[in-house]
Amino acid sequence: MSAHEISQPSPAAVFFAGVKSAILSVFFLVLAGTYIGIGALAHDYGFSSWWLALSSILVWAAPAQVILVSALGTGATPVEVAIAVGLSAIRLLPMVVALLPLLRGPKTRLRDLLLPTHFTSVSMWVESLRLLPGMARERRVAFCNGLSVAYQGTAVIFGFIGYYLAAGVPPMFAGALLFLTPMSFLVSTARNARHLVDRLALALGLAVGPLLAHWQVGLDLMWTGVIGGSLAYGVHRLREAVR
Amino acid sequence: MNAAVVELWPYLLLIMVGFLPNELWRALGLVLARGLNDDSEIVVWARAVATAILAGVIAKLILFSAGALANIPLGIRMGAAVCGFLAFLAIRRSIFVGVIAGEIALILGGFAFAP
Repeated sequence: MSAHEISQPSPAAVFFAGVKSAILSVFFLVLAGTYIGIGALAHDYGFSSWWLALSSILVWAAPAQVILVSALGTGATPVEVAIAVGLSAIRLLPMVVALLPLLRGPKTRLRDLLLPTHFTSVSMWVESLRLLPGMARERRVAFCNGLSVAYQGTAVIFGFIGYYLAAGVPPMFAGALLFLTPMSFLVSTARNARHLVDRLALALGLAVGPLLAHWQVGLDLMWTGVIGGSLAYGVHRLREAVR
Repeated sequence: MNAAVVELWPYLLLIMVGFLPNELWRALGLVLARGLNDDSEIVVWARAVATAILAGVIAKLILFSAGALANIPLGIRMGAAVCGFLAFLAIRRSIFVGVIAGEIALILGGFAFAP
């Protein structure tokens, strides 16, 4: 018993285990490439590099940042931009709801969850859902913070690099960098979808999302989530009931 | 407008139309997640909803692209995503393989069918 307690790593050690895990994960490369692309975009639309760095820290969502930069840069009104950013970010709500119960231990306080809540993004979410279940509860928050700080640091650093490389990035390469976001989201979500309910939700979302967007349904992403997610969940419950 | 306001305006915009509308959803999630257990049914449902929205975001980023990606034809973007996904399925379900294969397909397709 006491030997087990002595072997408990310190919060700092767990934090750095998170940092290491982030740097060794494929999202390190994905974020580096993505933020080189976003850096080049911010440069082309005339934002400062510090503005971009602050947006990576505060907004911390690649799709929202692409919308923010390109919409402000092309002269959309602030209200239009706020609505577009807000609509793109709806996914963060169910992501936080699915993540926090996994992070919470018996001694976790609300304020311990504030940082992980802000850090919630696809890269961190996918890695947390994959790695946290195999980890002792009291280590999860520190690990998650280490993971997230490393991912944000990667985004900030490569945002600067992309910003100053901007003039030298050929258009085809710039397009390929922006393609990293959907491509990595797709395969990482698919890899994490081990249960039928998650696989169905992924497939339904891919089908329903573009249809609703094409029909210009208001709040299309929210409805994609509610319809696709609930259908998938319903099938899962039916199957459980039949069994 | 005085000089300080002009200087700070982009940062004010960042907070008002970038940070706040984005962070709102995270804050709501924090409130709604209170008292939920990770094995409760509502968390399973929330994960399904998050996954479906994420899938919708993925599809929209590919079909209705912005920025430099919009210059690459739609068929190539879709084909590249399919190539990446098939490579991911075929080779050890590796995210790395899927992303690299998709990117190679996109770049090759982009050069082959450059307008």
